[in-house]
Amino acid sequence: MIVLTPLRKFTFPVNAECINPDVFQGKDTAEIANLTVFEGNKQKKLSELFKIQEDGAESPTITINGDVSEVRRIGVGMKNGEIVINGNVGMHLGEKMAGGKITVNGDACQWAGGSMKKGLIEIHGNAGDYLASPYRGSTAGMKGGKIVVDGDVGSDSGAYLHGGLIKIKGNNVGQFLGFHMSDGVIHVEKNASTRLGANMTGGKIIVSGYVEEVMPSFTIDSVKPKVKVDDTESVAGPFYVFLGDLAEKGTGKLFVSKANNPHLKTYEKFL
Amino acid sequence: MVELLIKNGFVFDPINGINGEKMDIAIKNGKIVEKVTRKAQLIDATGLTVMPGGVDIHTHIAGGEVNTGRIVRPEDHVKDVVSKTATTRSGTGYSIPSTFVTGYRYSKMGYTTVMNPSMAPLEAKHTHEELNDIPLLDKASYPLIGDWWFVLEYLRKGDLEGCARHVAWMMDITKGYAIKIVNPGGLESWGFGHNVHSIDDQVPNFCITPREIIVGLAKVNKMLNLPHSIHLHTNNLGLPGNYVTTLETMKALESVPYEGRPVGHITHLQFSSFGGDGWGNMKSAAEEISSYINAHNHMTFDMGQVIFTDTTTMTADGPFEFTLYQLSGHKWVNSDVETETSGGIIPFHYKKNNAVNATQWSIGLELALLIKDPWKMFMTTDHPNGGPFFAYPRILAWLMSKKAREATLKKCHKKAQKKSLLPSIDRELSLYELAIMTRAGQAKALGLKNKGHLGVGADADIAIYNINPETTDIARKYKSVRRAFKHAAYTIKDGQIVVKDGEVVGNVSGRTMWLDVQTAEPCRIDDEMRNKFKEYWTVEYDNYPVTDHYVKVKDPIIVKASV
Repeated sequence: MIVLTPLRKFTFPVNAECINPDVFQGKDTAEIANLTVFEGNKQKKLSELFKIQEDGAESPTITINGDVSEVRRIGVGMKNGEIVINGNVGMHLGEKMAGGKITVNGDACQWAGGSMKKGLIEIHGNAGDYLASPYRGSTAGMKGGKIVVDGDVGSDSGAYLHGGLIKIKGNNVGQFLGFHMSDGVIHVEKNASTRLGANMTGGKIIVSGYVEEVMPSFTIDSVKPKVKVDDTESVAGPFYVFLGDLAEKGTGKLFVSKANNPHLKTYEKFL
Repeated sequence: MVELLIKNGFVFDPINGINGEKMDIAIKNGKIVEKVTRKAQLIDATGLTVMPGGVDIHTHIAGGEVNTGRIVRPEDHVKDVVSKTATTRSGTGYSIPSTFVTGYRYSKMGYTTVMNPSMAPLEAKHTHEELNDIPLLDKASYPLIGDWWFVLEYLRKGDLEGCARHVAWMMDITKGYAIKIVNPGGLESWGFGHNVHSIDDQVPNFCITPREIIVGLAKVNKMLNLPHSIHLHTNNLGLPGNYVTTLETMKALESVPYEGRPVGHITHLQFSSFGGDGWGNMKSAAEEISSYINAHNHMTFDMGQVIFTDTTTMTADGPFEFTLYQLSGHKWVNSDVETETSGGIIPFHYKKNNAVNATQWSIGLELALLIKDPWKMFMTTDHPNGGPFFAYPRILAWLMSKKAREATLKKCHKKAQKKSLLPSIDRELSLYELAIMTRAGQAKALGLKNKGHLGVGADADIAIYNINPETTDIARKYKSVRRAFKHAAYTIKDGQIVVKDGEVVGNVSGRTMWLDVQTAEPCRIDDEMRNKFKEYWTVEYDNYPVTDHYVKVKDPIIVKASV
């Protein structure tokens, strides 16, 4: 196992795609120390920014102790292994990840788990905007795997979601959750914000807490006593079920808790 | 000025009939000369292929729609970031590269002259500013004239001479090179949410048909003695069964006297050669189209080959882009450019496992191989509509090697494989024929007297490739030839070495060409015309023209018109 400790507080963004179990595999500490990273526009060696130690334990593969909120692209495209980050982490964490596990004991910045295909990301703090969303302009959203966030999540999260599961446990979620999603499940255990599921064409968004409004391009379908999140879990309701986004001829499903949203009662007359 | 001597290369210069002969090329002051002094810098081209610099007749590299394409596709740039080097600037690439990257990538493939085929007159200033920033290449731009209101009015009145003078004036105010016609009549209709569906449909408000626009402008082109013919994007482009319209268009142009020079150029022919009557049974009409072309000499064509990749479609054909949007559901841009034209942009991913896309790929190659005379059919992808231009070496490989075609075809959709004519075509193009399709033929069709050949007096635009035609069987070793075309051993622009071993080593600005058409009488510019500019355009008449200072390196070509 490799333990990385930042040697100082970084003032410039650091691009460290090499912090990845697949890259570290089969390399000794000297080789790892020689891997290249960019700090701002300067090319550097990993050892110039991090103290690199090895300890005997098998798992996790990489542990980062300290604040790496300026360090971007950790675990991009990783297929195996495990990364544990004890501190805050920068943008593009685990982007296009295809397997393995990342645990963050702190906050994550934008695009955590963007376009991921497989694997598990656990963020025990808050996550930034574009959680699980593809790069700007791209339609290649998350295809599979699971992301669990214990805290709040920023806006435009789960955009172009095409599979997998996102669980959000915090009190606040930004606007445009599940924008243009076509498949997959987003479960918000507490409250969600406006423009929920805009342009969605498929998949499910479940909100167990409060939602200020449902977009006018959604239509009420039914009231269901409970809803399935995945094969192992289902949430008890009752839930209002909305279909949409009709502006995209979508057949996505929006489940909104009946108990926590008395102001949506007006929809019942259309049932 | 530096003198250069390229020694001992295998020279392919189709305009002068030189087919792989070993000879020396002497260069002085940016021109090819008989001989040079002993002090000349020597390039040893022993065992290498020497060709004139590549000429691209149709590639969207600058202007309003290209730039809008860049804006809507950040994800296209992020996957292809180009760092700066000691001689080159940084940029981004893939389907819509930044200006500098465009220049570098063309030059790396041995290209020296490119033509930007669609410039809305209103956006001419912008286009020229972008062209100024594309290094290493000579460029020109074709203004979109086919749906320009004044032209439609002149043609309706049957005043061809007035129309000709007006077009001459337009070449000057837009700094344009040829008459570009896109979906004639269709773009004007698109302003009202309609389209035309054959060349005999009426254009709303103008009482004119696409046939009259095409034939009228072809005649105007003749009267003005413009170096290139009309450059035509046909009606019904990209729709199943459109080959009928294409055939009708070609037949309509038979009425214009041929006189030894082509009267029209149909661009990206692949997109105009669809058979069938719906997407379900869409098939190739390459046989029908090519048999007509083989029997007639009055037109030239380019391929518009499709490459299997994620690219961006952009054309002035707004209604067609709307159709594409309905098919793909992708993000899209669509616009109506005032009284002039329209425009649209949609990202598009051509996939092997899509029957329609794979058939399109096949149609492009079928056309190029079935049309017997390479002087009629040129290689393009309609960059970036069929695929980015730096995929050209892949197309060359398909053209020169049946093995390469088979390797790709067997990965295609089963339905497309079954319908494809490619297995029945054994033709494999030689380097001489490829030189025609990529430079000589294009230069000739464009009327560029100093380009596309290596005769004395020609511009010293030369490409040298690491191919030994004596020892290499290009049809079998297509992979190494493909590599050679991708990274030219040398590219020489205006007598200076700009690329060596596939890397950019020099910097030349490249000129912008335009036509200075001299008519006996000037174009009639009266108060009525000025008033129309005031009423219908956002830019007034006085501010409309592209003045000379917009063009960084000027290369006006004087044309004596016969009106």
